[in-house]
Amino acid sequence: MPVNKDNVYGDHISHKFNTELMELKTEFLEMGGLVEAQVDGAIHALIEGDAHEAEEIRARDKIVDKMEMDIDEEATLIIARRQPTARDLRLVISVIKMVADLERVGDEAKKIAKLAIKLSEEGQAPRGYVEVRHIGQHVKTMLQDALDAFARLDSEQALRIMKEDKRVDEEYQAATRALLTFMMEDPRNISRCMSVMWVLRALERVGDHACNIAENVIFMVKGEDVRHTSVEEAERVVGR
Amino acid sequence: MTNMNQTVARETADQDTPVVAVEASKPAHGSVEEGKTVGKPFSDKAKFKLRDVEVFYGENRAIKNISLDIARNEVIAFIGPSGCGKSTFLRCLNRMNDSIDSCRVTGSLMLDDIDIYDPKRDVVELRARVGMVFQKPNPFPKSIYENVAYGPRIHGLANRKADLDEIVENSLRKAGLWDEVKDRLDATATGMSGGQQQRLCIARAIAVSPEVVLMDEPCSALDPIATAKVEELIAELSESYTIVIVTHSMQQAARVSHRTAYFHLGNLVEVNETSKVFTSPEHELTESYITGRFG
Repeated sequence: MPVNKDNVYGDHISHKFNTELMELKTEFLEMGGLVEAQVDGAIHALIEGDAHEAEEIRARDKIVDKMEMDIDEEATLIIARRQPTARDLRLVISVIKMVADLERVGDEAKKIAKLAIKLSEEGQAPRGYVEVRHIGQHVKTMLQDALDAFARLDSEQALRIMKEDKRVDEEYQAATRALLTFMMEDPRNISRCMSVMWVLRALERVGDHACNIAENVIFMVKGEDVRHTSVEEAERVVGR
Repeated sequence: MTNMNQTVARETADQDTPVVAVEASKPAHGSVEEGKTVGKPFSDKAKFKLRDVEVFYGENRAIKNISLDIARNEVIAFIGPSGCGKSTFLRCLNRMNDSIDSCRVTGSLMLDDIDIYDPKRDVVELRARVGMVFQKPNPFPKSIYENVAYGPRIHGLANRKADLDEIVENSLRKAGLWDEVKDRLDATATGMSGGQQQRLCIARAIAVSPEVVLMDEPCSALDPIATAKVEELIAELSESYTIVIVTHSMQQAARVSHRTAYFHLGNLVEVNETSKVFTSPEHELTESYITGRFG
Protein backbone atom coordinates (compact mmCIF):
# COMPACT_ATOMS: atom_id res chain seq x y z
CA MET A 1 0.00 0.00 0.00
CA PRO A 2 1.48 3.33 -0.95
CA VAL A 3 2.17 5.43 2.08
CA ASN A 4 2.18 9.17 2.02
CA LYS A 5 4.91 9.49 4.59
CA ASP A 6 4.45 13.15 5.36
CA ASN A 7 0.92 12.87 6.57
CA VAL A 8 0.21 9.24 7.32
CA TYR A 9 -1.49 9.87 10.66
CA GLY A 10 -2.61 13.40 10.04
CA ASP A 11 -5.52 13.51 7.64
CA HIS A 12 -8.52 12.38 9.67
CA ILE A 13 -11.79 14.24 9.57
CA SER A 14 -11.30 14.73 13.30
CA HIS A 15 -8.41 17.13 13.90
CA LYS A 16 -8.34 16.15 17.53
CA PHE A 17 -7.69 12.56 16.52
CA ASN A 18 -4.78 13.74 14.33
CA THR A 19 -3.35 15.61 17.27
CA GLU A 20 -3.72 12.65 19.61
CA LEU A 21 -1.86 10.31 17.26
CA MET A 22 0.84 12.89 16.58
CA GLU A 23 1.36 13.43 20.29
CA LEU A 24 1.58 9.70 20.90
CA LYS A 25 4.25 9.45 18.24
CA THR A 26 6.16 12.46 19.50
CA GLU A 27 6.12 11.31 23.10
CA PHE A 28 7.33 7.88 22.08
CA LEU A 29 10.24 9.45 20.22
CA GLU A 30 11.03 11.68 23.21
CA MET A 31 11.15 8.63 25.44
CA GLY A 32 13.34 6.95 22.82
CA GLY A 33 15.72 9.89 22.91
CA LEU A 34 15.98 9.77 26.68
CA VAL A 35 16.57 6.00 26.70
CA GLU A 36 19.26 6.37 24.04
CA ALA A 37 20.99 8.97 26.20
CA GLN A 38 20.72 6.64 29.20
CA VAL A 39 22.52 3.82 27.37
CA ASP A 40 25.14 6.21 26.05
CA GLY A 41 25.68 7.72 29.50
CA ALA A 42 25.87 4.32 31.18
CA ILE A 43 28.59 3.10 28.83
CA HIS A 44 30.46 6.37 29.26
CA ALA A 45 30.22 6.20 33.05
CA LEU A 46 31.50 2.63 32.98
CA ILE A 47 34.46 3.23 30.75
CA GLU A 48 35.47 6.49 32.47
CA GLY A 49 34.85 5.02 35.91
CA ASP A 50 32.57 7.96 36.66
CA ALA A 51 30.43 6.88 39.64
CA HIS A 52 28.75 10.27 39.82
CA GLU A 53 27.42 10.05 36.27
CA ALA A 54 26.32 6.47 36.93
CA GLU A 55 24.30 7.64 39.93
CA GLU A 56 22.58 10.24 37.81
CA ILE A 57 21.62 7.61 35.26
CA ARG A 58 20.13 5.37 37.92
CA ALA A 59 18.06 8.31 39.17
CA ARG A 60 16.88 9.23 35.70
CA ASP A 61 15.40 5.78 35.15
CA LYS A 62 12.41 6.95 37.19
CA ILE A 63 11.63 9.46 34.44
CA VAL A 64 11.77 6.67 31.84
CA ASP A 65 9.32 4.62 33.89
CA LYS A 66 6.98 7.57 34.24
CA MET A 67 7.06 8.16 30.49
CA GLU A 68 6.16 4.53 29.87
CA MET A 69 3.07 4.85 32.04
CA ASP A 70 2.04 8.15 30.48
CA ILE A 71 2.32 6.83 26.94
CA ASP A 72 0.42 3.67 27.86
CA GLU A 73 -2.34 5.74 29.33
CA GLU A 74 -2.54 7.94 26.29
CA ALA A 75 -2.72 4.91 24.00
CA THR A 76 -5.46 3.41 26.16
CA LEU A 77 -7.46 6.63 25.93
CA ILE A 78 -7.11 6.71 22.15
CA ILE A 79 -8.48 3.17 21.93
CA ALA A 80 -11.35 4.02 24.25
CA ARG A 81 -12.25 7.25 22.49
CA ARG A 82 -11.53 6.53 18.86
CA GLN A 83 -11.62 2.77 18.31
CA PRO A 84 -8.79 3.15 15.82
CA THR A 85 -8.60 0.82 12.83
CA ALA A 86 -6.06 -0.22 10.20
CA ARG A 87 -2.84 1.80 10.26
CA ASP A 88 -4.02 3.92 13.19
CA LEU A 89 -4.71 0.77 15.16
CA ARG A 90 -1.34 -0.67 14.19
CA LEU A 91 0.39 2.51 15.36
CA VAL A 92 -1.32 2.47 18.75
CA ILE A 93 -0.77 -1.25 19.33
CA SER A 94 2.86 -1.03 18.22
CA VAL A 95 3.54 1.94 20.47
CA ILE A 96 2.13 0.05 23.44
CA LYS A 97 4.50 -2.82 22.74
CA MET A 98 7.54 -0.75 21.80
CA VAL A 99 7.20 1.41 24.87
CA ALA A 100 7.69 -1.73 26.95
CA ASP A 101 10.87 -2.43 24.98
CA LEU A 102 12.14 1.08 25.59
CA GLU A 103 11.45 0.78 29.30
CA ARG A 104 13.43 -2.45 29.36
CA VAL A 105 16.30 -0.77 27.56
CA GLY A 106 16.15 1.86 30.30
CA ASP A 107 16.43 -0.92 32.87
CA GLU A 108 19.46 -2.36 31.10
CA ALA A 109 21.10 1.09 31.20
CA LYS A 110 20.36 1.26 34.91
CA LYS A 111 21.92 -2.17 35.36
CA ILE A 112 25.05 -1.04 33.51
CA ALA A 113 25.21 2.11 35.65
CA LYS A 114 25.05 -0.01 38.80
CA LEU A 115 27.88 -2.23 37.56
CA ALA A 116 29.80 0.92 36.61
CA ILE A 117 29.65 2.07 40.23
CA LYS A 118 30.79 -1.32 41.48
CA LEU A 119 33.67 -1.51 39.00
CA SER A 120 34.76 2.07 39.66
CA GLU A 121 35.07 1.22 43.37
CA GLU A 122 37.32 -1.71 42.55
CA GLY A 123 39.69 0.60 40.64
CA GLN A 124 41.90 -0.46 37.75
CA ALA A 125 40.28 -0.76 34.35
CA PRO A 126 39.45 -4.41 33.95
CA ARG A 127 39.73 -6.40 30.78
CA GLY A 128 36.89 -6.45 28.29
CA TYR A 129 36.30 -2.72 27.96
CA VAL A 130 37.27 -2.82 24.30
CA GLU A 131 34.44 -5.27 23.72
CA VAL A 132 32.04 -3.18 25.81
CA ARG A 133 32.84 -0.11 23.77
CA HIS A 134 32.50 -1.97 20.51
CA ILE A 135 29.22 -3.79 21.23
CA GLY A 136 27.92 -0.71 23.01
CA GLN A 137 28.47 1.40 19.92
CA HIS A 138 26.84 -1.25 17.79
CA VAL A 139 23.61 -1.55 19.82
CA LYS A 140 23.40 2.22 20.31
CA THR A 141 23.37 2.63 16.55
CA MET A 142 20.74 -0.10 16.25
CA LEU A 143 18.51 1.63 18.78
CA GLN A 144 18.97 4.96 17.08
CA ASP A 145 18.19 3.46 13.69
CA ALA A 146 15.12 1.66 15.07
CA LEU A 147 13.71 4.93 16.41
CA ASP A 148 14.58 6.59 13.15
CA ALA A 149 12.82 3.82 11.20
CA PHE A 150 9.77 4.39 13.41
CA ALA A 151 9.81 8.14 12.86
CA ARG A 152 10.11 7.77 9.09
CA LEU A 153 8.04 4.58 8.78
CA ASP A 154 10.97 3.02 6.99
CA SER A 155 10.43 -0.73 6.86
CA GLU A 156 13.62 -1.31 4.88
CA GLN A 157 15.73 0.26 7.59
CA ALA A 158 13.83 -1.84 10.12
CA LEU A 159 14.77 -4.94 8.16
CA ARG A 160 18.45 -3.95 8.25
CA ILE A 161 18.24 -3.73 12.04
CA MET A 162 16.77 -7.22 12.24
CA LYS A 163 19.79 -8.44 10.30
CA GLU A 164 22.22 -6.51 12.53
CA ASP A 165 20.92 -8.35 15.57
CA LYS A 166 22.56 -11.55 14.39
CA ARG A 167 25.94 -9.79 14.23
CA VAL A 168 25.53 -8.45 17.77
CA ASP A 169 24.83 -11.96 18.99
CA GLU A 170 28.03 -13.17 17.34
CA GLU A 171 30.05 -10.32 18.81
CA TYR A 172 28.59 -11.10 22.21
CA GLN A 173 29.61 -14.75 21.90
CA ALA A 174 33.15 -13.76 20.89
CA ALA A 175 33.43 -11.28 23.78
CA THR A 176 32.24 -13.92 26.23
CA ARG A 177 34.92 -16.30 25.02
CA ALA A 178 37.59 -13.59 25.40
CA LEU A 179 36.48 -12.86 28.97
CA LEU A 180 36.52 -16.56 29.80
CA THR A 181 40.13 -16.68 28.65
CA PHE A 182 41.01 -13.75 30.93
CA MET A 183 39.38 -15.52 33.84
CA MET A 184 41.30 -18.72 33.17
CA GLU A 185 44.56 -16.82 32.87
CA ASP A 186 44.22 -15.34 36.34
CA PRO A 187 41.46 -16.28 38.78
CA ARG A 188 41.82 -12.87 40.47
CA ASN A 189 40.14 -11.44 37.37
CA ILE A 190 37.02 -13.53 37.83
CA SER A 191 34.91 -11.14 39.90
CA ARG A 192 35.61 -8.14 37.69
CA CYS A 193 35.27 -10.13 34.49
CA MET A 194 31.90 -11.40 35.68
CA SER A 195 30.73 -7.80 36.12
CA VAL A 196 31.87 -6.98 32.61
CA MET A 197 30.03 -10.07 31.37
CA TRP A 198 26.84 -8.72 32.92
CA VAL A 199 27.42 -5.43 31.14
CA LEU A 200 27.86 -7.21 27.83
CA ARG A 201 24.76 -9.25 28.50
CA ALA A 202 22.81 -6.03 29.16
CA LEU A 203 24.08 -4.52 25.91
CA GLU A 204 23.16 -7.62 23.98
CA ARG A 205 19.63 -7.29 25.39
CA VAL A 206 19.51 -3.67 24.22
CA GLY A 207 20.17 -5.02 20.72
CA ASP A 208 17.30 -7.48 21.12
CA HIS A 209 14.93 -4.69 22.14
CA ALA A 210 16.02 -2.55 19.20
CA CYS A 211 15.25 -5.55 17.02
CA ASN A 212 11.78 -5.90 18.59
CA ILE A 213 11.11 -2.24 17.84
CA ALA A 214 12.20 -2.80 14.24
CA GLU A 215 9.79 -5.75 13.93
CA ASN A 216 6.97 -3.56 15.20
CA VAL A 217 7.85 -0.88 12.66
CA ILE A 218 7.49 -3.48 9.89
CA PHE A 219 4.11 -4.43 11.33
CA MET A 220 3.05 -0.79 11.42
CA VAL A 221 4.03 -0.18 7.84
CA LYS A 222 3.20 -3.50 6.21
CA GLY A 223 0.47 -4.86 8.45
CA GLU A 224 2.17 -8.22 8.83
CA ASP A 225 3.65 -9.67 11.97
CA VAL A 226 7.26 -10.67 11.36
CA ARG A 227 8.09 -11.71 14.91
CA HIS A 228 9.26 -15.29 15.24
CA THR A 229 9.78 -15.60 11.51
CA SER A 230 12.96 -15.95 9.49
CA VAL A 231 14.80 -12.97 8.06
CA GLU A 232 13.88 -14.28 4.59
CA GLU A 233 10.19 -14.07 5.52
CA ALA A 234 10.65 -10.52 6.81
CA GLU A 235 12.46 -9.67 3.57
CA ARG A 236 9.47 -10.95 1.60
CA VAL A 237 7.06 -8.85 3.66
CA VAL A 238 9.14 -5.70 3.34
CA GLY A 239 9.67 -6.28 -0.37
CA ARG A 240 5.96 -6.39 -1.08
CA MET B 1 -46.05 -7.68 -5.95
CA THR B 2 -43.98 -8.23 -9.05
CA ASN B 3 -43.43 -5.01 -10.89
CA MET B 4 -43.78 -5.47 -14.59
CA ASN B 5 -42.06 -2.19 -15.39
CA GLN B 6 -38.94 -3.95 -14.38
CA THR B 7 -36.66 -4.54 -17.30
CA VAL B 8 -34.44 -7.42 -16.60
CA ALA B 9 -31.45 -7.96 -18.76
CA ARG B 10 -29.54 -11.05 -18.04
CA GLU B 11 -26.31 -12.50 -19.18
CA THR B 12 -25.44 -16.14 -19.20
CA ALA B 13 -24.87 -17.22 -15.67
CA ASP B 14 -21.47 -18.72 -15.35
CA GLN B 15 -22.19 -21.54 -12.96
CA ASP B 16 -18.68 -22.85 -12.91
CA THR B 17 -16.81 -19.74 -12.03
CA PRO B 18 -13.62 -20.95 -10.40
CA VAL B 19 -12.82 -19.91 -6.88
CA VAL B 20 -10.12 -17.33 -7.18
CA ALA B 21 -8.87 -14.64 -4.91
CA VAL B 22 -8.38 -11.55 -6.99
CA GLU B 23 -4.72 -10.78 -6.80
CA ALA B 24 -3.85 -7.94 -4.51
CA SER B 25 -2.91 -5.05 -6.70
CA LYS B 26 -1.50 -1.79 -5.47
CA PRO B 27 -4.09 0.77 -6.33
CA ALA B 28 -3.02 4.37 -6.37
CA HIS B 29 -4.38 6.58 -3.63
CA GLY B 30 -8.08 7.13 -3.96
CA SER B 31 -8.59 5.48 -7.31
CA VAL B 32 -10.86 2.56 -8.06
CA GLU B 33 -11.07 0.57 -11.22
CA GLU B 34 -14.61 -0.29 -12.22
CA GLY B 35 -15.46 -3.96 -11.98
CA LYS B 36 -12.24 -4.69 -10.14
CA THR B 37 -12.53 -5.76 -6.53
CA VAL B 38 -9.46 -6.46 -4.42
CA GLY B 39 -9.39 -9.20 -1.80
CA LYS B 40 -11.55 -12.30 -1.83
CA PRO B 41 -14.96 -11.62 -3.38
CA PHE B 42 -15.52 -15.25 -4.37
CA SER B 43 -16.26 -18.37 -2.38
CA ASP B 44 -16.59 -22.06 -3.07
CA LYS B 45 -19.64 -22.31 -0.78
CA ALA B 46 -21.66 -19.63 -2.53
CA LYS B 47 -25.28 -19.15 -1.49
CA PHE B 48 -25.53 -16.11 -3.72
CA LYS B 49 -23.55 -15.98 -6.92
CA LEU B 50 -23.74 -12.42 -8.24
CA ARG B 51 -22.02 -11.55 -11.50
CA ASP B 52 -21.61 -8.26 -13.36
CA VAL B 53 -24.47 -6.71 -11.46
CA GLU B 54 -25.48 -3.17 -12.45
CA VAL B 55 -28.35 -1.15 -11.07
CA PHE B 56 -29.77 1.94 -12.73
CA TYR B 57 -32.14 4.52 -11.33
CA GLY B 58 -33.28 6.03 -14.59
CA GLU B 59 -30.07 7.23 -16.22
CA ASN B 60 -28.12 7.07 -13.01
CA ARG B 61 -25.93 4.00 -12.65
CA ALA B 62 -26.00 3.27 -8.91
CA ILE B 63 -24.17 -0.07 -8.99
CA LYS B 64 -21.27 -0.52 -11.36
CA ASN B 65 -20.37 -3.98 -12.54
CA ILE B 66 -20.16 -5.80 -9.23
CA SER B 67 -19.36 -9.50 -8.90
CA LEU B 68 -19.55 -11.17 -5.51
CA ASP B 69 -20.25 -14.50 -3.85
CA ILE B 70 -22.01 -14.65 -0.51
CA ALA B 71 -21.24 -17.91 1.22
CA ARG B 72 -23.68 -20.19 3.01
CA ASN B 73 -23.98 -19.39 6.73
CA GLU B 74 -21.67 -16.46 6.58
CA VAL B 75 -22.28 -13.02 7.99
CA ILE B 76 -21.15 -10.48 5.46
CA ALA B 77 -21.21 -6.76 6.20
CA PHE B 78 -21.59 -4.08 3.55
CA ILE B 79 -19.97 -0.81 4.55
CA GLY B 80 -19.31 2.46 2.79
CA PRO B 81 -20.22 6.14 2.84
CA SER B 82 -23.78 7.29 2.21
CA GLY B 83 -24.83 6.89 -1.38
CA CYS B 84 -22.20 4.28 -2.16
CA GLY B 85 -24.79 1.73 -3.25
CA LYS B 86 -24.62 -0.75 -0.40
CA SER B 87 -28.34 -0.62 0.41
CA THR B 88 -29.26 -0.68 -3.28
CA PHE B 89 -27.13 -3.77 -3.76
CA LEU B 90 -28.61 -5.43 -0.67
CA ARG B 91 -32.12 -4.77 -1.95
CA CYS B 92 -31.33 -6.57 -5.19
CA LEU B 93 -30.96 -9.80 -3.25
CA ASN B 94 -34.71 -10.14 -2.64
CA ARG B 95 -35.94 -7.75 -5.30
CA MET B 96 -36.97 -4.99 -2.96
CA ASN B 97 -35.99 -2.60 -5.74
CA ASP B 98 -38.96 -3.86 -7.77
CA SER B 99 -41.16 -1.28 -6.11
CA ILE B 100 -39.12 1.57 -7.57
CA ASP B 101 -40.36 2.21 -11.10
CA SER B 102 -37.21 3.75 -12.51
CA CYS B 103 -35.00 0.99 -11.14
CA ARG B 104 -33.41 -1.46 -13.54
CA VAL B 105 -31.13 -4.36 -12.62
CA THR B 106 -28.80 -6.14 -15.04
CA GLY B 107 -26.35 -8.96 -14.66
CA SER B 108 -26.69 -12.42 -13.19
CA LEU B 109 -28.01 -12.84 -9.64
CA MET B 110 -28.29 -16.45 -8.56
CA LEU B 111 -29.59 -17.78 -5.25
CA ASP B 112 -28.36 -21.37 -5.18
CA ASP B 113 -29.54 -22.46 -8.60
CA ILE B 114 -32.44 -20.09 -9.07
CA ASP B 115 -32.29 -16.86 -11.01
CA ILE B 116 -33.53 -14.12 -8.69
CA TYR B 117 -34.55 -11.84 -11.56
CA ASP B 118 -36.32 -14.47 -13.64
CA PRO B 119 -39.48 -12.60 -14.76
CA LYS B 120 -41.52 -15.69 -13.90
CA ARG B 121 -40.14 -15.80 -10.37
CA ASP B 122 -42.71 -15.61 -7.58
CA VAL B 123 -41.36 -12.72 -5.55
CA VAL B 124 -43.39 -13.61 -2.49
CA GLU B 125 -41.81 -17.04 -2.43
CA LEU B 126 -38.38 -15.48 -3.01
CA ARG B 127 -38.87 -13.15 -0.06
CA ALA B 128 -39.87 -16.07 2.13
CA ARG B 129 -36.46 -17.53 1.38
CA VAL B 130 -34.69 -14.19 1.67
CA GLY B 131 -36.13 -12.28 4.60
CA MET B 132 -35.42 -8.69 5.48
CA VAL B 133 -35.11 -6.49 8.54
CA PHE B 134 -35.20 -2.74 8.06
CA GLN B 135 -33.53 0.24 9.65
CA LYS B 136 -36.59 1.32 11.60
CA PRO B 137 -38.55 -1.36 13.41
CA ASN B 138 -41.78 -1.73 11.48
CA PRO B 139 -44.08 -4.11 13.32
CA PHE B 140 -47.66 -4.46 12.10
CA PRO B 141 -50.14 -2.57 14.30
CA LYS B 142 -51.32 -5.87 15.67
CA SER B 143 -50.52 -8.05 18.63
CA ILE B 144 -47.06 -9.47 19.23
CA TYR B 145 -48.40 -12.94 18.44
CA GLU B 146 -50.01 -11.85 15.18
CA ASN B 147 -46.86 -10.14 13.99
CA VAL B 148 -44.93 -13.39 14.12
CA ALA B 149 -47.82 -15.63 13.07
CA TYR B 150 -48.70 -13.60 9.99
CA GLY B 151 -45.97 -14.92 7.69
CA PRO B 152 -46.29 -18.63 8.53
CA ARG B 153 -50.05 -18.33 8.13
CA ILE B 154 -50.05 -16.79 4.65
CA HIS B 155 -47.34 -19.20 3.53
CA GLY B 156 -49.37 -22.11 4.88
CA LEU B 157 -46.58 -23.30 7.17
CA ALA B 158 -48.95 -24.26 9.96
CA ASN B 159 -52.33 -25.94 9.71
CA ARG B 160 -53.22 -26.19 13.34
CA LYS B 161 -53.20 -23.58 16.07
CA ALA B 162 -50.75 -25.67 18.06
CA ASP B 163 -48.26 -25.67 15.15
CA LEU B 164 -48.56 -21.93 14.79
CA ASP B 165 -48.06 -21.46 18.54
CA GLU B 166 -44.91 -23.51 18.29
CA ILE B 167 -43.54 -21.48 15.38
CA VAL B 168 -44.29 -18.23 17.21
CA GLU B 169 -42.60 -19.42 20.38
CA ASN B 170 -39.55 -20.77 18.54
CA SER B 171 -39.13 -17.61 16.51
CA LEU B 172 -39.44 -15.40 19.57
CA ARG B 173 -36.97 -17.60 21.41
CA LYS B 174 -34.47 -17.43 18.56
CA ALA B 175 -34.87 -13.66 18.54
CA GLY B 176 -34.14 -13.61 22.27
CA LEU B 177 -37.52 -12.07 23.00
CA TRP B 178 -39.58 -14.92 24.39
CA ASP B 179 -38.89 -14.39 28.07
CA GLU B 180 -39.73 -10.70 27.77
CA VAL B 181 -43.04 -11.12 25.99
CA LYS B 182 -44.40 -14.59 26.77
CA ASP B 183 -46.93 -13.20 29.24
CA ARG B 184 -48.25 -10.52 26.92
CA LEU B 185 -48.43 -12.06 23.47
CA ASP B 186 -51.75 -10.38 22.92
CA ALA B 187 -50.41 -6.91 23.70
CA THR B 188 -49.98 -4.59 20.78
CA ALA B 189 -46.52 -4.69 19.24
CA THR B 190 -46.25 -0.94 18.85
CA GLY B 191 -46.22 -0.59 22.62
CA MET B 192 -42.86 -2.34 22.89
CA SER B 193 -39.50 -0.57 23.18
CA GLY B 194 -37.56 0.13 19.99
CA GLY B 195 -35.08 -2.66 20.67
CA GLN B 196 -37.87 -5.13 21.37
CA GLN B 197 -39.71 -4.06 18.23
CA GLN B 198 -36.60 -4.67 16.15
CA ARG B 199 -36.10 -8.10 17.64
CA LEU B 200 -39.78 -8.76 16.96
CA CYS B 201 -39.16 -7.87 13.32
CA ILE B 202 -36.27 -10.33 13.30
CA ALA B 203 -38.56 -12.96 14.86
CA ARG B 204 -41.13 -12.18 12.17
CA ALA B 205 -38.49 -12.55 9.47
CA ILE B 206 -37.27 -15.92 10.72
CA ALA B 207 -40.76 -17.28 11.40
CA VAL B 208 -41.10 -18.29 7.75
CA SER B 209 -37.82 -20.25 7.93
CA PRO B 210 -35.84 -18.17 5.46
CA GLU B 211 -32.40 -19.22 4.27
CA VAL B 212 -31.07 -15.70 4.20
CA VAL B 213 -31.76 -12.67 6.36
CA LEU B 214 -30.95 -9.25 4.92
CA MET B 215 -30.49 -6.49 7.47
CA ASP B 216 -30.45 -2.87 6.41
CA GLU B 217 -28.86 -0.92 9.27
CA PRO B 218 -30.83 -2.91 11.83
CA CYS B 219 -29.38 -1.14 14.85
CA SER B 220 -29.19 2.47 13.76
CA ALA B 221 -32.33 3.38 15.68
CA LEU B 222 -31.43 1.38 18.78
CA ASP B 223 -29.61 2.18 22.01
CA PRO B 224 -26.33 0.39 22.84
CA ILE B 225 -27.96 -2.29 25.00
CA ALA B 226 -30.56 -3.15 22.36
CA THR B 227 -27.79 -3.05 19.76
CA ALA B 228 -25.74 -5.52 21.77
CA LYS B 229 -28.73 -7.84 21.97
CA VAL B 230 -29.32 -7.72 18.23
CA GLU B 231 -25.63 -8.35 17.59
CA GLU B 232 -25.70 -11.30 19.95
CA LEU B 233 -28.66 -12.55 17.99
CA ILE B 234 -26.85 -12.19 14.68
CA ALA B 235 -24.06 -14.40 15.98
CA GLU B 236 -26.56 -17.08 16.98
CA LEU B 237 -28.59 -16.83 13.79
CA SER B 238 -25.49 -17.23 11.64
CA GLU B 239 -25.43 -20.89 12.64
CA SER B 240 -28.58 -21.52 10.63
CA TYR B 241 -28.88 -18.57 8.25
CA THR B 242 -26.84 -16.57 5.82
CA ILE B 243 -26.84 -12.97 6.96
CA VAL B 244 -26.13 -9.89 4.92
CA ILE B 245 -25.95 -6.72 6.96
CA VAL B 246 -25.60 -3.13 5.84
CA THR B 247 -24.23 -0.99 8.62
CA HIS B 248 -22.92 2.50 9.16
CA SER B 249 -21.20 1.41 12.33
CA MET B 250 -17.80 0.10 11.40
CA GLN B 251 -17.32 -1.30 14.87
CA GLN B 252 -20.51 -3.25 14.37
CA ALA B 253 -19.22 -4.66 11.09
CA ALA B 254 -15.99 -5.55 12.85
CA ARG B 255 -17.85 -7.28 15.67
CA VAL B 256 -20.48 -9.31 13.85
CA SER B 257 -19.28 -10.17 10.36
CA HIS B 258 -16.99 -12.82 8.90
CA ARG B 259 -16.34 -10.87 5.74
CA THR B 260 -16.62 -7.18 5.04
CA ALA B 261 -17.33 -5.59 1.67
CA TYR B 262 -16.45 -1.96 1.11
CA PHE B 263 -18.53 0.00 -1.42
CA HIS B 264 -17.55 3.32 -2.92
CA LEU B 265 -19.55 5.33 -5.49
CA GLY B 266 -21.29 2.24 -6.79
CA ASN B 267 -18.14 0.15 -6.95
CA LEU B 268 -17.26 -2.82 -4.81
CA VAL B 269 -13.74 -1.82 -3.83
CA GLU B 270 -12.65 -4.56 -1.48
CA VAL B 271 -13.94 -7.76 0.07
CA ASN B 272 -11.87 -9.50 2.69
CA GLU B 273 -12.03 -11.30 6.00
CA THR B 274 -13.25 -8.77 8.51
CA SER B 275 -10.16 -9.24 10.66
CA LYS B 276 -8.01 -8.24 7.70
CA VAL B 277 -10.16 -5.29 6.65
CA PHE B 278 -9.94 -3.67 10.06
CA THR B 279 -6.25 -4.29 10.73
CA SER B 280 -4.62 -4.05 7.33
CA PRO B 281 -7.00 -3.41 4.45
CA GLU B 282 -5.64 -3.92 0.96
CA HIS B 283 -7.16 -0.91 -0.73
CA GLU B 284 -6.25 2.65 0.13
CA LEU B 285 -9.88 3.75 -0.15
CA THR B 286 -11.00 1.14 2.37
CA GLU B 287 -8.27 2.31 4.69
CA SER B 288 -9.28 5.94 4.31
CA TYR B 289 -12.88 5.16 5.05
CA ILE B 290 -12.47 2.90 8.06
CA THR B 291 -9.88 5.12 9.69
CA GLY B 292 -12.11 8.16 9.39
CA ARG B 293 -10.16 10.05 6.72
CA PHE B 294 -12.84 10.48 4.18
CA GLY B 295 -12.72 11.60 1.70
